[in-house]
Amino acid sequence: MAERPLATRRSLAALLAAVFAFLYIPIGVLVALSFNEGGLPTAWTGFSVKWYGALLSNGDILSAAGNTLIVGAVSTLIATVLGTLLALGIETRRRKGRALEALVFAPMIIPDIVLAIALLSFFSLLKLPMGLHTIIVSHVVFNLAFVSAVVRARLKTFDWSVAEASLDLGASAFTTFRRVTLPLILPAVVAGALLAFTLSIDEFIIAFFTAGAGRSSVTLPMQIFAMIRFGVTPEINALATLVMIVSVTALTLSQRLNKGVIAP
Amino acid sequence: MNASNARSTALMAPALAWLTALMVIPCGLILALGFFRRGIYGGIEYSFTLENFALLLDPLYAGIFLTSARIAGTATLIAVVIGYAAAYAIAAAPRHRQPLLLFLAVLPFWSNYLIRTYAWIVLLNREGLITQFLRMMGYEGEPPSLLYTEGAVIVGLVYNYLPFVILACYAPLSRLNPELAEASRDLGASAFTTFRRVILPMTLHGIAAGAVFVFVLSIGNFITPALLGGGRFQMIGNLIYAQFLTANDWPFGAALSMALIAIMLGLLTLQAMAAEKGAGERREVLDG
Repeated sequence: MAERPLATRRSLAALLAAVFAFLYIPIGVLVALSFNEGGLPTAWTGFSVKWYGALLSNGDILSAAGNTLIVGAVSTLIATVLGTLLALGIETRRRKGRALEALVFAPMIIPDIVLAIALLSFFSLLKLPMGLHTIIVSHVVFNLAFVSAVVRARLKTFDWSVAEASLDLGASAFTTFRRVTLPLILPAVVAGALLAFTLSIDEFIIAFFTAGAGRSSVTLPMQIFAMIRFGVTPEINALATLVMIVSVTALTLSQRLNKGVIAP
Repeated sequence: MNASNARSTALMAPALAWLTALMVIPCGLILALGFFRRGIYGGIEYSFTLENFALLLDPLYAGIFLTSARIAGTATLIAVVIGYAAAYAIAAAPRHRQPLLLFLAVLPFWSNYLIRTYAWIVLLNREGLITQFLRMMGYEGEPPSLLYTEGAVIVGLVYNYLPFVILACYAPLSRLNPELAEASRDLGASAFTTFRRVILPMTLHGIAAGAVFVFVLSIGNFITPALLGGGRFQMIGNLIYAQFLTANDWPFGAALSMALIAIMLGLLTLQAMAAEKGAGERREVLDG
């Protein structure tokens, strides 16, 4: 498509610039305001990182951040193991049923609000006390689906003859997995884990419904939601900037490790 | 062979058990809950009824479904038009620049949904940047109320899901053989006819995938109407939320969830059918 007239190329470039402006101005404004000394959007009173300092002395935010890290780390760990095994199981299977595909795909498309209320009803019917542990097991549901999707994409181009060679040479199935298969698929496994971690630390609705009543299990997105409802404050701008940096870094890393799989 | 299938089952077992316990059974529970009565004190009375589904047709609730569909439909339409145009522009850029452009288009999608929505509160609120800008341009008097409007909800939805539409439309556009469009032009078709008769049909499945995604996520959305609509614009997601956390009518909330899932499955089925039909037609065009 290189033979376009100059005018067409220019208007396409202008269009793209407008779309990027739409996508980036809101985020850019937020980041800029987080460094505004006065903290108000009405006037720029000078560069400052004091709002970041204020975050560090806010106990609610710190404990919410701690909870989020616990939920993210534990659910990612469980989901990575289960999701990788699932991917290996499906891809070594001779016939893949439609029901199996639907079951594995479902957590990615089921509306959050539906899964959230389903889990809430389930836990309360079992009279299970809710807290961080119920958020963790709930997050594993969608996290394992995403990990297995990323690992499966890698396994589709995996050369199984390497694993067969190892088996032929007398290595056990476990040794073959540990020494041959796993090192080869490791980038995809790590990419899947990073994706799961980001999804988990950003997830709000399911955490909100499965956290129980206490303040002790408030996660960062829940804290942010509560703060936003009170209005715009410079602290939220600073917090939002930090959270965005973490997610974007983790996902960029995930992308690098796993070229070609663009993960929403 | 049998041994390998047994091993593959063993590998899948822990994940499938997890999904069964924490997705299939809870969703089955919701399915069952929809057929029970609401107890007097907000609990559940275990007697069979279809009342909850009849209530869905009540003008009040049917109205919320229609409002949700209107808001989600408008957001989908806008996102598809902008997203397709952006994807077209990316696919028309020099090959070596396309990966970077696509990456930049998708990057915002990777930041927290709450934060992306909050960014619009910063822009749209009464003392927000848009009001500031209007004042700078000499506007005087009451600041316009931009936040807590249907427009704000639509802008928020478009903003959040646009990257996905760009991604979905880019895939078929980038694979499009430029010779097809050239042939159409050589045979005397105008640029518009070429677009309508050649490019659009060949990329329709990307549009369908993007549109279904935006519509499904928008109609069940809870965060955007809550934050940008200020609770004034109830959508299905908010209604479900209310049944479980404030109104305490779980059976009706369950029935609402089922209706949402039914809409979603219906659209996904239509999209899959369109994709298959489209693939067949594309093969015909290419093979002769």
